[in-house]
Amino acid sequence: MRAGLFVTCLVDLLRPSVGFAALRLLEDAGCDVIVPRNQTCCGQPAYNSGRRADAKHLAKATIEAFEDCDYIVAPSGSCAAMLRIHYPALLADEPDWAERATYFAARCHELVSFLVNVRGVTSVRARCEGVAAYHDSCSALRELGIGKEPRRLLGCVEGLTLRETGDEQCCGFGGAFCVKFPEIATRIARDKLAAVKRTGAATILSGDLGCLLHLAGTASREGVEISCRHVAEVLAGNLDAPAIGEDES
Amino acid sequence: MSAAAGPRDFPAAAKRALGDAALQQALGNIPAGFQEKRKNAIARLPEWDALVDAATGIKNHTLEHLDFYLEAFEAKVAAQGGQVHWCRDGGEARAAVLAICRGAKAKRVLKSKSMIAEEIALNAALEEDGLDVVETDLGEYVLQLRAEAPSHIIAPIIHLNRDQIADSFLEAHKKYGKSKRLDSARELLNEAREILREKFITGDVGVTGANLLVAETGSAVIVTNEGNADLAVTLPRVHIVIASIEKLVPTVPEAWTILRLLARSATGQDITAYTTFVGGPRRASDTDGPGAFHVVLLDNRRAEMLGSGFRDMLRCIRCAACMNHCPVYAAVGGHAYNSVYPGPMGAVLTPWFGGIGNAAHLPNASTLCGRCEDVCPMRIPIPKMLRLWREKEDAAKLSSRRGRIALGLWAWAAKHPFAYRLGARIAARALRRLSGGRGRIARLPFGSAWTDSRDFPAGQGDTFQGLYARRGR
Repeated sequence: MRAGLFVTCLVDLLRPSVGFAALRLLEDAGCDVIVPRNQTCCGQPAYNSGRRADAKHLAKATIEAFEDCDYIVAPSGSCAAMLRIHYPALLADEPDWAERATYFAARCHELVSFLVNVRGVTSVRARCEGVAAYHDSCSALRELGIGKEPRRLLGCVEGLTLRETGDEQCCGFGGAFCVKFPEIATRIARDKLAAVKRTGAATILSGDLGCLLHLAGTASREGVEISCRHVAEVLAGNLDAPAIGEDES
Repeated sequence: MSAAAGPRDFPAAAKRALGDAALQQALGNIPAGFQEKRKNAIARLPEWDALVDAATGIKNHTLEHLDFYLEAFEAKVAAQGGQVHWCRDGGEARAAVLAICRGAKAKRVLKSKSMIAEEIALNAALEEDGLDVVETDLGEYVLQLRAEAPSHIIAPIIHLNRDQIADSFLEAHKKYGKSKRLDSARELLNEAREILREKFITGDVGVTGANLLVAETGSAVIVTNEGNADLAVTLPRVHIVIASIEKLVPTVPEAWTILRLLARSATGQDITAYTTFVGGPRRASDTDGPGAFHVVLLDNRRAEMLGSGFRDMLRCIRCAACMNHCPVYAAVGGHAYNSVYPGPMGAVLTPWFGGIGNAAHLPNASTLCGRCEDVCPMRIPIPKMLRLWREKEDAAKLSSRRGRIALGLWAWAAKHPFAYRLGARIAARALRRLSGGRGRIARLPFGSAWTDSRDFPAGQGDTFQGLYARRGR
């Protein structure tokens, strides 16, 4: 079974360790993982900025790059939702592509939900000491309906206590939103950080690097002692790299 | 807020709002005041999703046959001795209301809360004509005293606290011989009630909105929690309903399907304290009611919206769930939008009414978190329509030049994988150097939009693709 790893542009540029953790988790789940070299970005920045033509171009390029894969797996709810939900909508009016996009979309999954729902993974062997809160990214939660899966696997991690903020609130990242309206974005992030703090958690885990970069950057600027990590690193037991935005010492 | 403020001022207005302590405290009541109550109300109603589907279907059907239902409604209103006034735009609607008021030799107009009246700026037009306009909804009354616009479509004074209201009452009610500053909500309510009672008795014309119009019966449905609309309907000589054409539903049972959603989605109530069906002037057998009944029906480009990519927006029943669950609205409040309709639904409607060139900030002021669509009882795909506005903004080259250049460069690179891989590796190394080993960057060249308000995590010195290739796999 060939699983194509859609690395995502943020993981590629800013957090390769998440990509390697994803690779490891997929291999442990019995997948023959390939990493197409010609992948770049899912096109979401263009799609959400009203640049439909660019988004279509990148959608087609992504579909082509992964055409020979049985599954396409991304360590991101946001990119997976783009591939799975928005590609078919984006290419619906192109006769040559509509069906191809639909067939492609059905094979695309977010990493953790793929492990649990498609590969039937029920536990992981990993250790991570501490108290953490899982942050549902909006696209994972509302577009893909992911929530139970990461909590189920994180529940198997030795030493880890999981807390819930009990809200479904956005972290304020929102892609280009967070640079168009930085003051609003960081205000929303501060609320999220405070909600996490109230649970007693010292770590935020999430399946989306965008949220984590925004939260980690806000936390360090505000002096809030919370570290941020991608869930894949924890599940793969790949904790060698310092948490996001933290000192290498 | 100056008179000339508009949606163009959103960035500056939003920044001011973030620094306004009283406003921030008031906005802090939204989760408990609206979100929790709505959630509990829905939890008590197992058939919620089925109701939402049914209501969405009812509205879609009505919009599909809107011409038919509008004419059926008019015929029914006329048969009961009322009159429908078809108005293409705000100007025609204002003129229609004014003509009715003049014909009735009215001096005092009682108003019950109406977003359509806000949309067409009715109060100013009536006052200019010498009419004494009295807002009878408590929140709208407070706003009238303060000469402010509503900041929310169902909770117009959500931005105010009790102290501010007490100050306004003390100032405005001096002329009625009231000199005591009131502390409790109960006292404030009683004083407003006492003053409004006199106005109710002396009103000549009552102007109300309508939450729904029923074609089968020619009636308007008005929901309130204060009962003020009922007084504004029954006491004056003339009743004017001012409503937009998409408020139509075919029959009374269909109106009830939507009413079952409305209060639950809005305030978490099973039903509002008052739900009133009114239609036609007083009949010989009626003990009360107005002598004349008018419906001012406003199009204001809604018929045009039917044929646009924004058609789904016409299902909106103005419950405000979208703004009550919007992280951006919760951070800056309604006034920052400088628009009649704030929040997510407003970000769709405002560019429609005022042009995308004047309102491009609003569809961008969303994280596209999708909660608005999630909580919408009429299944309106708001994020999809915000994206559609962004497309129109981009097509008209209205976005910032700098932003377009940056996106253009990025898009070019993303379409050229070799260049992209190379560029990303160079960037990854540069970021690592800029961080000086601290793992984060406090000031990013060309990236102040990020680093002015938060640190930028620096990455790991190389790209995944670069490291993966080196691993020799």
